[in-house]
Amino acid sequence: MQDALGKVDSLLVLGGASDIARATALAFVERGARVVVLAALESDKAAAEENAAALRAAGAATAEVVGFDAWADPDEHQRFVDGVFGHYGDFDVVHLAWGVLGDQDRNSRDARAALAELRTNLTGAVSLLMPIANRLEQQGHGTAVVMSSAAAERPRRSNFVYGASKVGLDYVAQGLQDRLQGTGARVLIVRPGFVKTKMTAGMAAAPLAVDAGDVARIIVEGVATGKEIVWAPPLFRWVMSGLRHMPRAVFRRLPI
Amino acid sequence: MSSEAASRRRALSGWGRTVPTGADVVLPAVGDDVSRALAAAGPRGIIARGLGRSYGDAAQNAGGAVVDMTSLDCAVAADWETGVVEVDAGLGLDKLMELVIPHGWFPPVLPGTRNVTVGGAIAADIHGKNHHVDGSFCDHVVSFDLLAPSGTYTGVSAATNPEVFWATAGGMGLTGIVTRAVLQLVPVETAYMTVATRRIPHLDELMETMEATDAGHRYAVAWFDSLATGANLGRGILMHAEHTRLDDLEPARRHEPLDYSAPERVQVPPLPVGVVNRFSIGAFNWAWYTKSPRNPRTAVESVPAYFHPLDGVTDWNRLYGPRGFLQYQFVVPFGAEATVRYAVERLAHGGAASPVTVLKRFGRANAGMLSFPMEGWTLTLDIPTRTRGLAAMLDELDQHVLAAGGRIYLAKDSRVDPDVFAAMYPELDRWREVRAKLDPDGVMRSDLARRLRLV
Ligand SMILES: Cc1cc2nc3c(=O)[nH]c(=O)nc-3n(C[C@H](O)[C@H](O)[C@H](O)COP(=O)(O)OP(=O)(O)OC[C@H]3O[C@@H](n4cnc5c(N)ncnc54)[C@H](O)[C@@H]3O)c2cc1C
Ligand SMILES: NC(=O)c1ccc[n+]([C@@H]2O[C@H](COP(=O)([O-])OP(=O)(O)OC[C@H]3O[C@@H](n4cnc5c(N)ncnc54)[C@H](OP(=O)(O)O)[C@@H]3O)[C@@H](O)[C@H]2O)c1
Repeated sequence: MQDALGKVDSLLVLGGASDIARATALAFVERGARVVVLAALESDKAAAEENAAALRAAGAATAEVVGFDAWADPDEHQRFVDGVFGHYGDFDVVHLAWGVLGDQDRNSRDARAALAELRTNLTGAVSLLMPIANRLEQQGHGTAVVMSSAAAERPRRSNFVYGASKVGLDYVAQGLQDRLQGTGARVLIVRPGFVKTKMTAGMAAAPLAVDAGDVARIIVEGVATGKEIVWAPPLFRWVMSGLRHMPRAVFRRLPI
Repeated sequence: MSSEAASRRRALSGWGRTVPTGADVVLPAVGDDVSRALAAAGPRGIIARGLGRSYGDAAQNAGGAVVDMTSLDCAVAADWETGVVEVDAGLGLDKLMELVIPHGWFPPVLPGTRNVTVGGAIAADIHGKNHHVDGSFCDHVVSFDLLAPSGTYTGVSAATNPEVFWATAGGMGLTGIVTRAVLQLVPVETAYMTVATRRIPHLDELMETMEATDAGHRYAVAWFDSLATGANLGRGILMHAEHTRLDDLEPARRHEPLDYSAPERVQVPPLPVGVVNRFSIGAFNWAWYTKSPRNPRTAVESVPAYFHPLDGVTDWNRLYGPRGFLQYQFVVPFGAEATVRYAVERLAHGGAASPVTVLKRFGRANAGMLSFPMEGWTLTLDIPTRTRGLAAMLDELDQHVLAAGGRIYLAKDSRVDPDVFAAMYPELDRWREVRAKLDPDGVMRSDLARRLRLV
């Protein structure tokens, strides 16, 4: 159970090899979490095992790796959710942390690449988020942490399929926040700007870039205080709100 | 047709309004509904709830059932010769007072709010300002009826069934649901209190004065300014009180000495942000201290004015804003004055502002396995949860309290470490054994029990 000052006991991470997920799980463990289950693609399991070892070294009593694939079908996702909750019991936090940032040029040339990105980030996420939200509602407590993005605020030439996947997920998550009122279950939407992780490796860091540890602290604080939406860095909320209201003709010409 | 008690999924939290969780809330219409709800409890279990005045998560049960006992609130029998009453566990002490004071009887123990139920008072084995003389609530419980998953226990008393009695006293509802209780009240001549107040400029002197003078008074408690530091550290107000004797009542009141009525209550609307912060608390503390009489003074006060000044405003917990607050209360044995002093300094320097900081000397502990009171000093502070560094600060203080042989109070807790809690209560394992007999399948469950791994 989460305590009054935001300490949680157990954490399920989907995308257990993600850099943001690793930093976030470490931050929860430093604050007293004892059980962490890292779910990762078969091909990511070695990296996830390394993260599990780091979590144990940081004090987690249990840090284990299980398999999952956002591309699996909804029945399999339901079985996965039932299995992991059935085996480990309640989770105080479920972090949906996987995702891909596709190459927009390729997406434009090859619709299949665009659909693949949507499948990973949006339809796969909805397919998992629904049964997870239902589980949290049944157990009467717990927070699903959903990785949206500042890119969900307004379409940009450089990543609009990614943006579409995040805006879709963000909408579903907002709807769930309304649906879960009064059930004890909650959803925290995280909208980072540019985070220096393996996803953005090789890209020139955008202004206000943060690292995974910064996002982790913001997530842990957001869970502790029961926030609905957090930005990383917090200032990005105002930056994006400014960009959102910029005339389209001007926005189009920005090098972003 | 059997009455089917309504049940509805609702988010519940404690008085501190932190971490609400969802449960199926059962509103029993008749006593049998309680046993039906117990029998129907699913895998996530069931817990009783009174008036929800515990600060943390004791009376909530995420994903399971919660029985709201407040609809079962009858006084069943009263003997005005002996002051023994039999009441439903859902009866509030506020109603009990309205019922018994006109007959010259008074609840044996009153907490800082009258809005608690008899069931909640037993489950937390609550204490009042008279603990050093009269002990805690369960010391005045003649017997109670308990619906446990393993069966119904009627007329449980400390003499006939000490194990069940002392596991339930302070057992936070985890041994079963108390449905009825027989209480021994204390006699009073009037509905008034004779209160002696004096102002004391420093914590050390305050503690010395309490040690020297408390024993001579039925009620004794000190309030102090948690934000004052240095030479003003722990400047406070010491209050001693007795039930006013008829002879001491001013003539105008003597024709109706037992006239008791609680004032109408003012309501606080839901606020988007907290208005209780370091600055408002500082101003409040300063005003309270400086408005108190510089020289010792004795005055006759009404029962609500003395016991329950906070109850004049309903939902005052909303003043802390949506993020809520917590209460930190610990007790350390006499001799550990340095720990009390350390805690006061640590919290003052850490900016943990508290508008109601209370210091009191407890008398002897009873046999309650998880009962909180024990001989020593108890310190209580209300602290907004948004206070920076609060978790680490309280974890550190817990270590000092534990090292001094002290403990924290479950009815107030919302954040202690489970292992630290277990170390503070050496009888926890014995309590678990008794509980295992009363509830072999672990049906009685609460968020508190899950958080602290009690069951
Ligand atoms: C302003 C304020 C001042 C306070 N001052 C004091 C004080 O001076 N001294 C003190 O000791 N406490 C004090 N308290 C705490 C309060 O007395 C206890 O938390 C008490 O248990 C609250 O009773 P309740 O009816 O609200 O119970 P709830 O908060 O609803 O429940 C508390 C516990 O009792 C159990 N319970 C309730 N009914 C039953 C039942 N019928 N059978 C079995 N278990 C049951 C619940 O499961 C839960 O574990 C104060 C609280 C407030 C808000
Ligand atoms: N980094 C940023 O700037 C930024 C900004 C805003 C939002 N976010 C979001 O934050 C989340 C975490 O990002 P990150 O920066 O930590 O990225 P990351 O380190 O690249 O981690 C993402 C992980 O998701 C995995 N993954 C990809 N496809 C999957 C699938 N089908 N099923 C299961 N797992 C799959 C990836 O595995 P492989 O490596 O094997 O593909 C990778 O381990 C993502 O949702 C991302 O969109 C990131």
